[in-house]
Amino acid sequence: MAAYIKSILVGTWSLIAGLAITLRFVFKPVVTCQYPHAVPKIPDRYRGHIDFVYDPATCSHKCIVCGMCQKTCPSGCISLEGEKLEGAKKKTLSVYQLNFTTCSLCGLCVEACPTGALTFSKEYNLAGFDEKEYHFDLIKRLQERP
Amino acid sequence: MLSYLNYLNDTMPCLMAILRLIVCIVCILAFVGLNAAYLVWLERKLAGRIQRRIGPKEVGPFGLLQPLADGIKLMTKQLFLPDGIDRILYLLAPMLVMTTAFMCFVTIPFGEGLVARELDLGLLAIFAFASINVLGLLLGAWASRNKYSMISSARVVSQNVAYEIPMLLVVASLLMVTGTLNLHDIVAEQAGGFWNWNVLRLNASPLMPVAFLIFFVCTLAETNRTPFDLAEAESELVAGSFTEYGSMGFGLFFMGEYANMVVGSTLISILFLGGWNCPFGIFPGPHWLFLKLYALISTVMWIRWTFPRTTFYGLLNLSWKVLIPIALVNLLITGALVKVF
Ligand code: SF4
Ligand code: SF4
Repeated sequence: MAAYIKSILVGTWSLIAGLAITLRFVFKPVVTCQYPHAVPKIPDRYRGHIDFVYDPATCSHKCIVCGMCQKTCPSGCISLEGEKLEGAKKKTLSVYQLNFTTCSLCGLCVEACPTGALTFSKEYNLAGFDEKEYHFDLIKRLQERP
Repeated sequence: MLSYLNYLNDTMPCLMAILRLIVCIVCILAFVGLNAAYLVWLERKLAGRIQRRIGPKEVGPFGLLQPLADGIKLMTKQLFLPDGIDRILYLLAPMLVMTTAFMCFVTIPFGEGLVARELDLGLLAIFAFASINVLGLLLGAWASRNKYSMISSARVVSQNVAYEIPMLLVVASLLMVTGTLNLHDIVAEQAGGFWNWNVLRLNASPLMPVAFLIFFVCTLAETNRTPFDLAEAESELVAGSFTEYGSMGFGLFFMGEYANMVVGSTLISILFLGGWNCPFGIFPGPHWLFLKLYALISTVMWIRWTFPRTTFYGLLNLSWKVLIPIALVNLLITGALVKVF
């Protein structure tokens, strides 16, 4: 009998303690971020899809068409082509396609690049109707960047 | 204006009766509708605050137009009849739930003379209508031929049977003290200050506050609110009895749930918290009833966002092993005290 009454009293007290906790939470400040009205700061090490680094010296990218990124990519999602322009010694990049649908964001391409031409973008807002929308042309992206 | 109304009342009593009827129906419909809509809003806001969010805020200032948007969305949905259902019962069930909720409001007084139809057996009428609500849920589940609905309705019925008993036991002991089933008279007896309220009438029965608690818990269970919302346990039963309902069929069930919550809270305020009497004996009026009513409803919501759902055994054990014995003891003590004094 004593145990029965004690269980009721202890149970009731635990309920009141629980209510007190939630009541305290009502008066605590809101912790959510009002996306899309406010956007949280993206951490420096955030990995979006890869992108070219802008080189102010040449006003272009730093790629030398060595093909290391293409070879090292475990998912095979990079395809690039270079061509030899008239009079130039080295190749210049003409096509750089990233198939983001199979990219695992492993970062091997970024590490492998001898000139540091690649980096992770901060793009997180991706939505599309078609797989084609995730085949990025990095050269075009670099040119369109402000 | 008043003399004109009196004149009309004398010359054409029939017309006045019809006029009164229409006004009462419109008022009750509006009250229930508005309550259902804005209690959902309040609940979402409160849930947000407890979880340190803001809650609805996009539609209108403070999200105040959100219920309207939700209502329009529900109304424009197609009324879909699944295969293999019992059409008549399927369509009837949501209306049954809603109508009984409406009917409860007919005898509830909100202030001195502010009642659609005063009944001497008002309390009994409310309990009678409230228990039909369960039948509505059961019929809806049966008619929609869905296993989740069936399990849910079995739970609703056993839960309501289990909790109707302590509830009525408490009411019986309360009635020994008040001596009437007329809600008006019950409130009138509690006039004065908060020390006259039934919840604190310790001379009538020292267990009155406990009786109040039992009644409150039973109301939670009867209205299927958390922690007793086993009937609608989303994680196990999809949406319970109204799994197969869409559009306004679902809307009616949903509104009925909130309307029942209002009925339950009003009943608690009237039976235990002095109805429209002021706690300090000054300026009694409907505003006090509404204050108590919404304070109780907020508590119910607060409880919902605090506690997890109980198990079904826990629910039945609480009723049969705790609430009913205490309610019986309360009944005995009250009976003895009434007899002695
Ligand atoms: S991040 Fe990894 S998977 Fe993606 S393109 Fe670079 S190497 Fe390939
Ligand atoms: S590894 Fe760097 S430099 Fe070489 S092809 Fe890839 S992006 Fe260009």
